[in-house]
Amino acid sequence: MEKISAFKNYIEMEEVLEKYKTTKLEDVKIWFKAAPINAFPKDGGACVKYKNLQIAVFNFKRLNRWYACQNLSPEKQEMVLSRGMIGDHNGISKVACPLHKKTFSLENGENLNGDLDPIAIYPVKIENDYVYIGFAE
Amino acid sequence: MKNIIVVGNGMVGYKFCEKFVAKEESKHFKVTVFGEEPRPAYDRVHLSEFFENQDAKALEMAPAEWYAENNVDLIVGERVSDIDRKNKTITTAKDREFSYDYLVLATGSSAFVPPIKGVEKEGVFVYRTIEDLEGMLAYAAKLKEKNPNAKAAVLGGGLLGLEAGKAVMDMGLEPHIVEFAPKLMPRQLDSRSSQVLQLKLESIGLNIHLSKATNQILGDTCITGMEFGEDDVLDVDMLVVSAGIRPRDELAKSCGLDIGVRGGIVVDNKMNTSDENIYAIGEIALYNQMIYGLVAPGYDMADIAVEQIIGNTEILMPADIDMSTKLKLIGVDVASFGEPFMPAAKGHSIIFENKTQHLYKRINVSLDGKSLLGGILVGDASDYSMLHQIFLNGMKIPEDPSQLILPASDGGAAFGDVMDLPDEAQICSCESVTKGQICGAIESGEATDIAGVVSCTKAGTGCGGCKPMIADLTNATLKSLGIEVKEGVCEHFDLSRQDLYKIIQVKEYATFDEVLDNHGNGGHGCELCKPLVASLMASINADTANKEYAIQDSNDRFLANIQRNGTYSVVPRIPGGEITPDKLIALGEIAKKYDLYTKVTGGVRIDLFGATLNQLPLIWKELIAYGFESGHAYGKSLRTVKTCVGSTWCRYGMDESISFGIELENRYRGIRAPHKIKGGVSGCIRECAEARGKDFGLIAVEGGWNLYVGGNGGATPRHAELLAEQIDNETVIKYLDRYLMFYMRTAKPLQRTAAWQDRLEGGMDFLKEVIIDDKLGIVEDLENEMETLVNKFECEWTQAVNDPEMMKRFNHFVNSEEDDDNLVFVPMRDQKMPEQWKK
Repeated sequence: MEKISAFKNYIEMEEVLEKYKTTKLEDVKIWFKAAPINAFPKDGGACVKYKNLQIAVFNFKRLNRWYACQNLSPEKQEMVLSRGMIGDHNGISKVACPLHKKTFSLENGENLNGDLDPIAIYPVKIENDYVYIGFAE
Repeated sequence: MKNIIVVGNGMVGYKFCEKFVAKEESKHFKVTVFGEEPRPAYDRVHLSEFFENQDAKALEMAPAEWYAENNVDLIVGERVSDIDRKNKTITTAKDREFSYDYLVLATGSSAFVPPIKGVEKEGVFVYRTIEDLEGMLAYAAKLKEKNPNAKAAVLGGGLLGLEAGKAVMDMGLEPHIVEFAPKLMPRQLDSRSSQVLQLKLESIGLNIHLSKATNQILGDTCITGMEFGEDDVLDVDMLVVSAGIRPRDELAKSCGLDIGVRGGIVVDNKMNTSDENIYAIGEIALYNQMIYGLVAPGYDMADIAVEQIIGNTEILMPADIDMSTKLKLIGVDVASFGEPFMPAAKGHSIIFENKTQHLYKRINVSLDGKSLLGGILVGDASDYSMLHQIFLNGMKIPEDPSQLILPASDGGAAFGDVMDLPDEAQICSCESVTKGQICGAIESGEATDIAGVVSCTKAGTGCGGCKPMIADLTNATLKSLGIEVKEGVCEHFDLSRQDLYKIIQVKEYATFDEVLDNHGNGGHGCELCKPLVASLMASINADTANKEYAIQDSNDRFLANIQRNGTYSVVPRIPGGEITPDKLIALGEIAKKYDLYTKVTGGVRIDLFGATLNQLPLIWKELIAYGFESGHAYGKSLRTVKTCVGSTWCRYGMDESISFGIELENRYRGIRAPHKIKGGVSGCIRECAEARGKDFGLIAVEGGWNLYVGGNGGATPRHAELLAEQIDNETVIKYLDRYLMFYMRTAKPLQRTAAWQDRLEGGMDFLKEVIIDDKLGIVEDLENEMETLVNKFECEWTQAVNDPEMMKRFNHFVNSEEDDDNLVFVPMRDQKMPEQWKK
């Protein structure tokens, strides 16, 4: 019984993870209008719902840049990255997971202080004070 | 190309390979090493760590790839079964034949199992290999399923036996140690130190049985007990035999090499056996008619064999072998060096014993009182490295040698500086690294920090006991070269917490960006410096976490404690643990309404778990309506002041501990500090509030309160120390204001009061001078700063729920009212818990 539910969990986890795929700017087919820019804290993040996806969006004010990535922490599969603190490591913009301070590059999704799987990254654009996130589907 | 075959891939066999391939001459040789165990060599000294993490890889001396990369053929899981000395070949258990030019025997030893009746029964183990441990673990798990209070005994109270005792304790079994001799560790300790060790081990839950000769093992197929004599039986469900080691010399015997009377291959000072092409090293080698069961001499032997084989025949094993050891047994320091037992004719012993604190120190000095001959340390071996160095280098000792072991009165050590040691002083005896090599690595620029020194000299990679000295030498050498030892908080600031504190205070900075732009290294901050600056600004200006929430640690940002599934727990303040029935009912109703898991915390409060981000403000609106306020369980700030009922109710109470505890909790609530702070107030010396385990603790005595500071539980439990005696309420507050503010000004990031106090130069005496005698002339400032913080207190949850702008952050989505759809709870004991992590 235990084995069956463990297997089920594994399948579910795989499914949740597979929903998040890094999207390149040239592959964007849909620009999703998420929220006005003032809904996001300065030098911090918030979470956007798009279909059945949870996307963390960060307003890196000090660089005047916006970043988006999966909200799902690849370490323990919890929806928490948008609540993490952002900053940089040797000039690479990063977010620290609030659970165990695993840090991920916001440029390419790589885990900077460990060997976890990378997180998926999405393009962001700002138009008329609105935040848009780019998706391939 | 000549062939070297190493038989045995244990610690010493590996060390031979490591030292050999490091030699230039090694390119003329081909090394093949055979191991009987299924995995490459691992660190047997730290075997009991396997129970903590069950990570066999972490114990490996080097990964399997290392051997390949260094051109060493590693063949594991294959025992060498025969040696043909005439044709210079060996045969393995798989019937394969290999020829050699030189043969190195490093077969080590096996556990000695005394011939006791019934010793073959199920549940009897030896303690030697990872496979042994795995067998023990599996058996223990089975036992505990049937009986959670299962018992395990260890036969043998020596060094290894006590290690095995820790292992069974870690497995959750009731541990018993059975020793034949009338004392523990008979080979290393004298009777008095052995008694001190016994007291200490008993105090942490080990049951110790001395002078017991085991007649037979009881039970049908499985062990159920041990019989010592008639009517003298110990019921146990498992037994670990650790009664000594036997050299594995069967291979040497069968090929006719010279063997000692009680086993072991006879070697000379070249590590040569009676066959000039065969060497023996480690626990198999009988040198000076002795088997040396320690790692350091084994490594030295490996070194000698390497030099001999490559032709440096003048390098020989010294006749005197240093048997000094320092180890941590079940968390207790035990060390002996030089001659630990010394006949009275050779010198005098100076002994310091304190059984209440489980401390014993003995040093043996020469009759003229000029040199140190040896000693024993139990309970606190922090002086070991220095004493060992003084012994090894024959350094001069103070006129009054007792200073070497007596607690120094001024809080400083009696020793000179580490830099006073001669260059040839051996700092790491496992790897034979001298002070000169350590300092040289830094002077030559090869290493620039401690990690660098360790990786290029290998110092500290054995037992690790010398690491504090390596750190001191590294820092002192860097300093002498004019290189600043960095104390910066992270890559974005070269400044220490204390420097940043002063800067923010003087320049009156109000935002993180101001601090970063004016004093940072040009980056954009990170998860280390952002919460630190937030905490400093709160300590200085009494800002709440609402002010600049994006730089707050995650818990502070949402004013709640994040739990493992990303939901939060809520802890309202219950000052001193006093709560009215109405408020208690209110907590119950709210918990029920939001379906929260409820538990009483270790700090006498009530914790409500499982709240989503969206629920937090709703829950708090209700809590505030009932008169609750934030408990700051999420902050690096005052948590609780735990109280006993004191003279309010208790027939023994000397003073009103509840009232005073409430007053103190309300005084210091919300104040941000380098780390969390806990307090305790007990109404009498029975100490029901466990005040001495807190950062500050008060105990009512005749004539006032005794004030203790710097205690904590946590990973390194520590009792608080007495700061002042028999003082009144007003003086307590005065001293506490000063103490806490001084801590907040000068501690390192995330340093608890205990660690801070331990590292204060001048120790407790200095602290008393600052807090009570105002030696630094700062107490007025400290009091004023604290007064400002106390007066500015505001409940940050009340602030948040009354401000629609602040409330915005408590939404899981910015573009939807929905909650996180990824959460799964499962039922547990009439409540709920998050689903296990998927992995």
